[in-house]
Amino acid sequence: MIEVEGVSFHRGPARILMDISLSIPTGVTALIGPNGAGKSTLMALMARLLPLQSGSIRIAGKPVATTPGPEMARTVSILRQDPNVSSRLRVRELVGFGRFPHSRGRLNAEDNRLIDEALEQFDLTALADRFTDTLSGGQRQRAMIAMAYCQGSDTMLLDEPLNNLDMFYARDLMRKLHRVAEEQQKTIVVVLHDINHAGTHADRIVALRDGRLVVNDRTASVLVPQTLEAIFGYPMEVVTVGRSPVVLHHR
Amino acid sequence: MGGRAASMRLVAGALISLLVLTLCSLFVGVSVLDPRHLIADPDAMNLMLASRVPRTLAILLAGSGLAIAGLVMQTMARNRFVEPSTAGTMQGAALGILLVTIFVPDASVLAKAAIATLTALGTTSVFLALAQRLPPTQPFLMPLFGLVYGGVIGAGVTYIAWQTDLLQLIEVWLNGEFSGVLRGRYELLWITAICVALAWYVADRLTIMSLGREASVGLGVDYTRMLQLGLVIVSGVSALTVVVVGAIPFVGLVVPALVSRIAGDNLRSTIPLVGLIGTLLVLACDIAGRLLRYPYEIPVGTVLGVVGAFAFLVILHARPRHG
Amino acid sequence: MAEAMAGTPAPPHRSRRMVVATCAIAAAVCALFLFTGLRGNIGFVLGLRLSQLIGLVQVAVSIAISTVVFQTITGNRILSPSIMGLDALYLFCQTALVFAMGGFGYATLPPSWKFFGEVALMMAFSTVLFLPMLRRRTDMMLMILTGFVLGFLFRSLSALIARLIDPNAFAVLQGASFASFQSFDDRLLVVGGVLTACGTLFAWRVRHVLDVIALGRDAAIGLGLDWNRWVTGLLLLVAALVATSTALAGPLAFLGLLVVALAERLCASQRHGILLPVAAGVAIVVLVGAQTMARMGFGSAVVVSVIVEFMGGFVFLAILFARRRG
Repeated sequence: MIEVEGVSFHRGPARILMDISLSIPTGVTALIGPNGAGKSTLMALMARLLPLQSGSIRIAGKPVATTPGPEMARTVSILRQDPNVSSRLRVRELVGFGRFPHSRGRLNAEDNRLIDEALEQFDLTALADRFTDTLSGGQRQRAMIAMAYCQGSDTMLLDEPLNNLDMFYARDLMRKLHRVAEEQQKTIVVVLHDINHAGTHADRIVALRDGRLVVNDRTASVLVPQTLEAIFGYPMEVVTVGRSPVVLHHR
Repeated sequence: MGGRAASMRLVAGALISLLVLTLCSLFVGVSVLDPRHLIADPDAMNLMLASRVPRTLAILLAGSGLAIAGLVMQTMARNRFVEPSTAGTMQGAALGILLVTIFVPDASVLAKAAIATLTALGTTSVFLALAQRLPPTQPFLMPLFGLVYGGVIGAGVTYIAWQTDLLQLIEVWLNGEFSGVLRGRYELLWITAICVALAWYVADRLTIMSLGREASVGLGVDYTRMLQLGLVIVSGVSALTVVVVGAIPFVGLVVPALVSRIAGDNLRSTIPLVGLIGTLLVLACDIAGRLLRYPYEIPVGTVLGVVGAFAFLVILHARPRHG
Repeated sequence: MAEAMAGTPAPPHRSRRMVVATCAIAAAVCALFLFTGLRGNIGFVLGLRLSQLIGLVQVAVSIAISTVVFQTITGNRILSPSIMGLDALYLFCQTALVFAMGGFGYATLPPSWKFFGEVALMMAFSTVLFLPMLRRRTDMMLMILTGFVLGFLFRSLSALIARLIDPNAFAVLQGASFASFQSFDDRLLVVGGVLTACGTLFAWRVRHVLDVIALGRDAAIGLGLDWNRWVTGLLLLVAALVATSTALAGPLAFLGLLVVALAERLCASQRHGILLPVAAGVAIVVLVGAQTMARMGFGSAVVVSVIVEFMGGFVFLAILFARRRG
């Protein structure tokens, strides 16, 4: 459970977020909105990567502003956009660093089991001994996600995780996240640009526009033409295919 | 898997070379020492204990220390082409020693080393702060900036030395050599071993640091604290080396680059290897310096200036390896 | 460079006025140098000063021209030939020649032969080292960095060879790291003068081609230039000019950069018809002016060269940081 109360953020004269208050329960929540809406900033604040200027954020009841770093690392894990990983690490080593908040570098049998599981979960077992700089962009992205997953925290924040992933792995990742959230009662927040991934795999949608909260509701309630127009600024049709809403945003 | 076998071969080869070169270093020099008569001849034994052994030990300490300092700096700067001599660290240390020599001429060597560490810390912090503003899409910009930055500080040091008539003195600080190392004059270098041990202790945290500030915070590593620690390690090793033997260029650049290609960037596994190969490089260059124009000695700084610069060029233009 | 060309050019008469003004100031500074503070045997002193002036003007002009041309063929304003290690290369050629011929053999060569030998070696080495980078599209930063490291490599090689020749000559490198304008070898002045004059004339004659080259490889080829031939020829010109200035005065890493940056600000034009004379004029003003000041006030030319290098280094860093957004 993530609780955000009265959070505003400005960078110099520019106001990025204005008085955001929301709460996010367990399950997969998609964070959407046009460019410059403040999604990445909100996520960075939740992950304590940026210092709070006003308001408060609590994750699993722990205030992010005051909880010590290592403890926070066991509570929430974050994947940032385009992480510039120029380090030459083997995939297994990289994913293994996800256990650092728990093991401080000394990996025991349980850690190794969790690492194996994370590798397996994201189809990286065959690549485990490869160096990250020899991987394709998509493979590296999966390795970073596996590291975040390996942290074993109940809350995962993923900023545009589908970048660099081809359709197969994008769909695969969203399905995995949904299953993990359900089976392990995790709170997973994903910043998405493709709204239809949200439509099919997310339980809830939080929409921002110009630094303000537009809507925070179940997926089906958000993906209706009036609400979408309020978020993105132009009318779009929504059709239902099977049981999921599909937004015809490109027409 | 091929990578690991290559690592093993490298380690084995390195250890054997270390043994061979250490023996060479002990017996090669202006006066030829005959190992067979060593025990019997008190003069030879004295030479061995007062000069050769300390010199060899100094090389081992400085070589491994500088290589590992380079590795730590590359981790902090997230750039493969920086090291203490291309980031203003060594020049900053020289500045410190110069200032102490001018204002407190009879200060102890320890005091000199302490001040040198502080000035080196200062110049390196400024470098890292400025270098962090450089775009990561232009990796060559950082070493370029570092070279000019170091050059400007070096020019400043030379100018002050010229004004205060200490030019001959800084010649040594700016171009290191091991020929003056004697028992009783090098022991300060053992502190570099402490710095190296420290780096080894926090190796995992340093590796996480190389993933960036955000990944570090995300994993619960105190990024600022680690940065400060890394700075202390790098400045300490560089300052101690400059105080005892003078500036030695390129070791911290060439060795980590070589090891990274073979064994990757996980500091927990690469620190020992980097230290080992760093020692080998400096040993080889020092022995070469003793032999090239026998019985005269060419400073190790000059030899490494050639070898290291050439290796640097190779590294710059090498195509990235896959597999 | 292309974006610089697209900026509003200064009105032509302004630029021409700048050329005239710069030449006038340069002439005035030369006069100051010659005629201020004359004491003692005026004829003798004047003669001495005249030869010194000729040397200074040569060094100034060859640095200015070689830097402008070099920056044009590499397509940026951060580089100068010495930053690319060319003057360190020259020192290395000198040292290598001494080593190869043995100290005695080298000393018995007439200086002009020595000079030509060094220039030839310079031209050969520069083409080998830099042509590959210039022909293809090499990342500019990589080029600069390579040049820097090459400079370091050659300085170290020179020091190494110097020690092989004379083991006690550790001061050789130090002596060569400061430029000196105190006295010029008279025999070199003539030979160097001829080289500088020819080089300058050539650059002036092809100033319009230089403008096209400044547009970049693709645009130049599109406009019908034989890129490879021109770049090779211009690189040889630069090498020869750098050899001349280094032979006369020693290494001057940042002077060219400083001078051209100033000249550019002054005349606000990228046209070589304007840039070349203004840069030469500024270089003369800086060098002769600094030498005059040193003679009157500071009493040492070493100070001057260190200060110039320092300022140039800062200018370099400033440009580097300003460009990082580009």
